[in-house]
Amino acid sequence: MKPLDSKKDYQNYVDKKSPNSPIWKNCLNAFWVGGLICSIGQIIMSICKSRGLSTEISGTIVSIVLIALSAFLTGLNLFNKVGKFAGAGSLIPITGFANSIVSPAMEYKSEGYVMGVGGKMFTVAGPVLVFGISASIIVGLIYFIFI
Amino acid sequence: MDWLQSIEWMALLKCFVTGGLICVIGQILIDKTKLTPARILVIFVTTGAILGGLGIYQYIVDFAGAGATVPLTGFGYNLAKGAIKAVKEIGILGAFTGGVTAAAGGISAAIFFGYIASLISKPKMKKE
Repeated sequence: MKPLDSKKDYQNYVDKKSPNSPIWKNCLNAFWVGGLICSIGQIIMSICKSRGLSTEISGTIVSIVLIALSAFLTGLNLFNKVGKFAGAGSLIPITGFANSIVSPAMEYKSEGYVMGVGGKMFTVAGPVLVFGISASIIVGLIYFIFI
Repeated sequence: MDWLQSIEWMALLKCFVTGGLICVIGQILIDKTKLTPARILVIFVTTGAILGGLGIYQYIVDFAGAGATVPLTGFGYNLAKGAIKAVKEIGILGAFTGGVTAAAGGISAAIFFGYIASLISKPKMKKE
């Protein structure tokens, strides 16, 4: 093997030897699954609005339907298969939030229905709520002080 | 099939593309950094709340509808929007009540359906 002179040569060498990262494939899957989940939300929203409901109420209905669906799909062990394929495509939509509640709760069911299921539900959802709600309070306070 | 007529196809396309792109950002974070999914969710919610507070996220929501509100950034946006609205109505107390009020449906549904779904699930044995 001939010696590698510069950093660039070395980088090329590493790139050639290391396996191709499937990042493009992952991104493509995340794109269309994520887009599809959002589109389901949009369709539910259109239906609600055509029935004369306000944007805010329609948005709440969309969240509740998607959360319920993904919670039960997780319970049936179907959602994790989608998650493996789609990565962020099913993690980032609100379906991922519901999934993050049910997965650990299922796993710790043997520890009981109060501390096992009731407690472990918030392993991931807890931090999301802590940071989300705290951020909204800070936004509200800033808005109150400066505007 | 009257519900088919209520669908605006252009809005649906915008929703699909925007929602998909937000997920691609998440996928890049997963593949290119060592962040855990929990951290990524926290980053998305917090980013949504900040962009919502700055009024930037509103433009994305106006453009993409559910494509912007269904991803977790939309959850943060919803919290921040609720807090601002409540501050306008009832003053400083609104900062503490508005956010959760706006997101109450989603949070309660997640807790309720999450618990029920966990109860009826059969934990699968881990195969080695």
